[in-house]
Amino acid sequence: MLEIQAITQVFGGLTALCDVSFTIRQGDITGVIGPNGAGKTTLFNIISGIYRQTSGRILLQGKDISGLPPERLAQLGIVRTFQNIELFGQMSVLDNVKVGLHTKSHSGLFSCSFKLPWHLVEERRITESARRWLEFCGIADLADQRADSLPFGKGRLLEIARALASEPKIIFMDEPAAGLNSRETQDLASLIRKIREAGITVVLVEHDMELVMDVCDRILVLSLGEKLAEGTPREIQENTSVIAAYLGEG
Amino acid sequence: MKRELLKFLILAIVVAILPALLSGSYLVNVLIFVGIHTMLAVALNLLLGFAGQISLGHAGFFGLGAYASAILTTTYGINPWLAMVAAAVAVSLLAFAIGFPILKLKGHYLAMATLGLGIIFFIIFNEAVDLTGGPSGFSGIPNLKIGSITFDNDLKNYALIWLFTLVTVLLSLNLANSRIGRALRAIHDSEVAARVMGVNSRLLKVQIFALSAGISTLAGSLYAHTMGFISPTSFGFNFSIELITMVIIGGLGSIYGSLIGAFILTILPEALRTFQDYDIIIYGLILILMTMFLPGGLVRGVPGLLARLRPAGRQEG
Repeated sequence: MLEIQAITQVFGGLTALCDVSFTIRQGDITGVIGPNGAGKTTLFNIISGIYRQTSGRILLQGKDISGLPPERLAQLGIVRTFQNIELFGQMSVLDNVKVGLHTKSHSGLFSCSFKLPWHLVEERRITESARRWLEFCGIADLADQRADSLPFGKGRLLEIARALASEPKIIFMDEPAAGLNSRETQDLASLIRKIREAGITVVLVEHDMELVMDVCDRILVLSLGEKLAEGTPREIQENTSVIAAYLGEG
Repeated sequence: MKRELLKFLILAIVVAILPALLSGSYLVNVLIFVGIHTMLAVALNLLLGFAGQISLGHAGFFGLGAYASAILTTTYGINPWLAMVAAAVAVSLLAFAIGFPILKLKGHYLAMATLGLGIIFFIIFNEAVDLTGGPSGFSGIPNLKIGSITFDNDLKNYALIWLFTLVTVLLSLNLANSRIGRALRAIHDSEVAARVMGVNSRLLKVQIFALSAGISTLAGSLYAHTMGFISPTSFGFNFSIELITMVIIGGLGSIYGSLIGAFILTILPEALRTFQDYDIIIYGLILILMTMFLPGGLVRGVPGLLARLRPAGRQEG
């Protein structure tokens, strides 16, 4: 459903990504792995519209979406979470998720100020929907807390809940397991499967190999900005060049 | 939601009975200023406290409203209400156009750009002598009228100004608790995350800048018609700073906070008359002390401070 075609990204003299092509299939859980500096986060930043690639194209269900700003991509159904969670710290947990529903609501300055009837209906729908997503991620009991008071693991879940609230086609997660303990990582794995069951395609950058091998259907391996391999977890585990890249070739 | 409504009703009742409790037009006059300043502080708070975008030029928009109303009604004989609407719409559109390039800037650079904007307006008020009367001011601005009622005394003006102020407060509260208010606060906390969630931050910032400028313009028009005389000194850089002080002291992102900030900073100079030229130093000191000890402003800071003083006590929101 999402085709990455020959993406190259150059920062000054540094080539962060070189001619990377890959197809993400609908309904899959796809993992992007690679040693530090492989260009994983750069790839995510390009797909989510934060960077503009030097060359190459990205197609969403056949439609060219290269170079669109993040807010447009959100409307088209592409959302992401961040490696260092980016919550709206001064807002409540519930309000954070409500912002996730921004693309699903339309009241403007005028109808919001005057509390026009359809705006009130919309607000009610937003609140219900936001609570549902909090429940989906298992943090409904935290709804009224301030987001910046959450422990790290819960913050992660909130970020995922917020992203899901926009009912995306694809969710990109940048190292969702970083900083989580093993118990939380297990919960994350089952949440990721639940997200897929909800009909959302999942792509994650992750260093936790156990998690990646456990949940992913397909894996893309990047190394030094180039595509090293792609395949099922089993294929990747047996791929000699991947093993070399991780363990060092000597 | 019910509590919100109750709070507003209490405010409206206090506003309605306050003049009856005060003797003498001097205090009513001070309260008229509190009303005008509240409108301005609330307008600025939408931009500064919610969207997190600073403006050091809001006194300029206030002045544009005052001069537009003065010139249109006195020089060209246009109906004051019509002039007021025309001024607010025109300045909002102007702010919308200026906002696109200016709000691309962040932090200090945005402060500099809006500072420049305010200074340009101030220079126009001073130098376009044929139009504005220059430094000696503009007098003979007519009072507003509805049918046979002319708003020509303090009590009537009090009612007029506070009606506008209460409507501004109510609409701003509604806005703050809506998807737009949440999107603005989201931009404030993390613009990149807000955009990833589908908030068109660039457009929204410009819209709120235009709205904020429009409300300030309206306050300016009301000020001109109430006072009957205006001069550039009321619309200078100092006043922009004073507005920011009101917003910060009351609490960034709190509509009622802006009301409290406007109230304190309007009453304070009256109380500190003896200090004369040093009032700006006192504002500065208050700002420093407030940000040191009550970084969330009075509205959030005082309950927090009280809670700290009695650790066993219940904390209030």
